[in-house]
Amino acid sequence: MNAGQFLTIFISSVFIYNVILSRFLGLCPFMAISKETKPALAMSLAVTFVITASSMITWLIYRFLLLPFGLAYLRTVSFILVIAAFVQFVELVIRKVSPALFRFFGIYLTLITTNCAVLGVAVLNIDMFFADGRAVAGSFYYSIFQGICTGLGFSLAMLLMSGIRERLDLCDVPKTVKEIPLAFIIASIMSLSFLGFNGFKF
Amino acid sequence: MKKLFREFFKGVIKENPTFVLALGLCPTLAVSTSVVNAVGMGAAATFVLMGSNAMVAMIKNNIPAKIRIPCFIVVIATFVTIVEMVLKAYTPGLNRALGIYVPLIAVNCIVLGRAEAYASKNTLMNSLFDGLGMGAGFTLALTLISSIREYFGSGKIFGYALSHKFEPVSIFGMPSGALLVIGILLILFNRLKGRKS
Repeated sequence: MNAGQFLTIFISSVFIYNVILSRFLGLCPFMAISKETKPALAMSLAVTFVITASSMITWLIYRFLLLPFGLAYLRTVSFILVIAAFVQFVELVIRKVSPALFRFFGIYLTLITTNCAVLGVAVLNIDMFFADGRAVAGSFYYSIFQGICTGLGFSLAMLLMSGIRERLDLCDVPKTVKEIPLAFIIASIMSLSFLGFNGFKF
Repeated sequence: MKKLFREFFKGVIKENPTFVLALGLCPTLAVSTSVVNAVGMGAAATFVLMGSNAMVAMIKNNIPAKIRIPCFIVVIATFVTIVEMVLKAYTPGLNRALGIYVPLIAVNCIVLGRAEAYASKNTLMNSLFDGLGMGAGFTLALTLISSIREYFGSGKIFGYALSHKFEPVSIFGMPSGALLVIGILLILFNRLKGRKS
């Protein structure tokens, strides 16, 4: 475990392999909720929180439940269930503890259950930080950090996109291009500019 | 028999999951760099769709309505695990190329969408053909997108060089090319739809 590894994880998961623009995970919320900045911010915060927490939970489950009992092939089934249950749980807690926060997050939290970014990061963590059925040194911290950074990458893309789309509202676009197709073309240009970060590879 | 054919063709064109319903776009974009990957992904997704649709149609009366979504998810994830193991055992190359997008079939909205919207209300045979049709439509869309990307990105289709007349535009092989191609295809589809109505 060293600082250099953390820096690599940060740069690669926020910029080079940005979860939306390069890995294409979590495209549905990216297209659907990026019309205005405020909901986009709420969604980004919710996603960052859930990805981070679920990275931690799935790592623990894989390391202490699935590996010792030789059940590694149940990874997909168990991760999906755990993530769904966790999101439901968080929703319940927030609704009870802070109704204001619940109104802010509202439906976005529920939507995260089917967000492929969450499962994607959990699976990636396992692929990257486990070798030959054993955890790499410091892999728990790497996993959590990768979760946080992926969330940051998601937020970055989401906020950039919502800013652009808010301005585009005032433009006169042909009807066939409006909304989703236009969003795809903008995302393509954004992805192109993120390609520049490839030079950071080390 | 005629009805079953209708169930099948509905998914291919009229309710094409990718272009008309705009579902399951993440894998569509990520694995469409080459036609071989795309067909492999399409086949895997078709198997999962058929399996989960059939299973859900069979057990639909035994699932309490309140917890049906988690039940569907478990069924889907089980079929995904089968696909994962088969791919790993028989086509390791394809498995490496598809990477994390194989387990991610489990969160593909097409599969859960069909289980919830169709299989939980219809008979076994109908659901099976619905799954097959949706899978075929998904595969078709993937093949279309990946052919465009592979042709313009490397001048090849299925790995065979077709033309040496132009310098390949490598951007089509990159993530940004995927977004661009699907954006343009969606515009074309919108245009066709607009003309019809």
